[in-house]
Amino acid sequence: MARVIVVTSGKGGVGKTTSSASFATGLAKRGNKTVVIDFDVGLRNLDLIMGCERRVVYDFVNVLNNEANLKQALIKDKHCDNLFVLPASQTRDKDAFTLEGVGRVLDELKEEFDYIICDSPAGIEKGAIMALYYADEALIITNPEVSSVRDSDRILGILAAKSKRAEEGSDPIKEHLIITRYVPKRVEMGQMLSVEDVQELLSIPLLGVIPESETVLSASNSGVPVIHDEMSLSGQAYSDVVDRFMGEELPLRFLEAEKKGLLKRLFGT
Amino acid sequence: MQTEVTESKKAHQSNDTAVELKGSVFTLPILQIQTTSISDIASELSERLSKALKFFDNAPVVIDLKAISDSTENLDFNSLMQVLSQRHLIPVGVRNGSSQQNSLAISAGLAILKGAFSDRVIEDKKAEVQQTTETNKNPQTSANTEAQTPVRKSKIITTPVRSGQQIYARESDLIIMAPVNHGAEIIADGNIHIYSSMRGRALAGVRGDVDANIFCQSMEAELVAVAGNFRVFEEDMPAEIKSKSVRIHLEGEHLIISEL
Repeated sequence: MARVIVVTSGKGGVGKTTSSASFATGLAKRGNKTVVIDFDVGLRNLDLIMGCERRVVYDFVNVLNNEANLKQALIKDKHCDNLFVLPASQTRDKDAFTLEGVGRVLDELKEEFDYIICDSPAGIEKGAIMALYYADEALIITNPEVSSVRDSDRILGILAAKSKRAEEGSDPIKEHLIITRYVPKRVEMGQMLSVEDVQELLSIPLLGVIPESETVLSASNSGVPVIHDEMSLSGQAYSDVVDRFMGEELPLRFLEAEKKGLLKRLFGT
Repeated sequence: MQTEVTESKKAHQSNDTAVELKGSVFTLPILQIQTTSISDIASELSERLSKALKFFDNAPVVIDLKAISDSTENLDFNSLMQVLSQRHLIPVGVRNGSSQQNSLAISAGLAILKGAFSDRVIEDKKAEVQQTTETNKNPQTSANTEAQTPVRKSKIITTPVRSGQQIYARESDLIIMAPVNHGAEIIADGNIHIYSSMRGRALAGVRGDVDANIFCQSMEAELVAVAGNFRVFEEDMPAEIKSKSVRIHLEGEHLIISEL
């Protein structure tokens, strides 16, 4: 049975799209047929990060309006055979969304795919509600700082109140926490919330911690999700996240500040 | 005032907006005057301000005359203002005065503040008192029907109460077995129990039950209130209650927060 997974956070700029791209890629690399949908109509980014922006012809809104069928709109990823992208429209706005329309497209996708990843826009407006409404599971992306945690808390409240599962009273959406842009050194200096702090505030199971890394930015710029970069700590951390999601038990990594040797300390990094 | 404005307009004719009038809301400390004796006020103020360090230096204050508005003795506003300015307070106006006190205040150069808020608080308090007396009466009148009315069920919440969520237990107690996070609000007509961290706002006895209590396992609240008497906590949660198991209840109009 296909699972619908929303990637959401409330706050903007915390790494939803980066996480969606890497998570979907990770699932696909492990043999799952996966589609990742950009719900951020008007501010589409996912296609850029997936490196397929030049191949966008039809988009999600065209499919919703029956102007194109799914086959025409889905873009096959250039790295993984099992991965497809359903891009957002850059020219329409979120009013194109209706619950029935989104439900119909998701139902159609469910027939073909194992995992449907919904990359939510920031905020708690219509686009975000549409992205989470049909979800079976949710990845909550949080930065280790108070405003991001507060917004994630708000989104968790909305998941528990406004989703289809909540309205029908069926099993609640399964929630997973991913802490991104983590800088152990700044946590030690007390400038950043620790993993424990965030977990205590949000009280949902932790799926992984992604360390802050320059490779994320360069990966986004070059349109290759960072999970492909096996040398990058962030890429490895996303790999762990996917493995844990698939049921493997792995210890958390990258929570300690890197100890600098004498030479490094003398000459800088 | 008006003439000044027009004059300054003339002076700055090139610039046609020398002055603009705008509205804004300020939080001001209120000095409640309990006596017409200036010497008593002076000595009391000196004592209080010595403890407040520099916090009130040059602070604007509003003089509340409610307690002495029925007094037949006149308050000497000029002396009062002198006393205040000696202690580095800047009186800006009075409120809740009698009409005579108000006119004396105006001639002493003070404004009359008709804060809607001050009136509302008083009205609210009155309404609450009425409600309490009503609720107090109810059990007596319905004492003989008590056997028929079922035991009032408490509302029990087992999942975290998150930012932006509000839970109200009507005519019952509220029991929460998960964290109440920042920005969440839990409200009950009866008592509130939180068997976890309390980081949001908790309001017990909102329909005026002054006997309502709040219990929580880890006190980190933004605001607590019992029967409309509230206290907010910013960064100033006293160490003896912070993150402790506490009981919050009313004694008179005072919120008592005590470690369990």
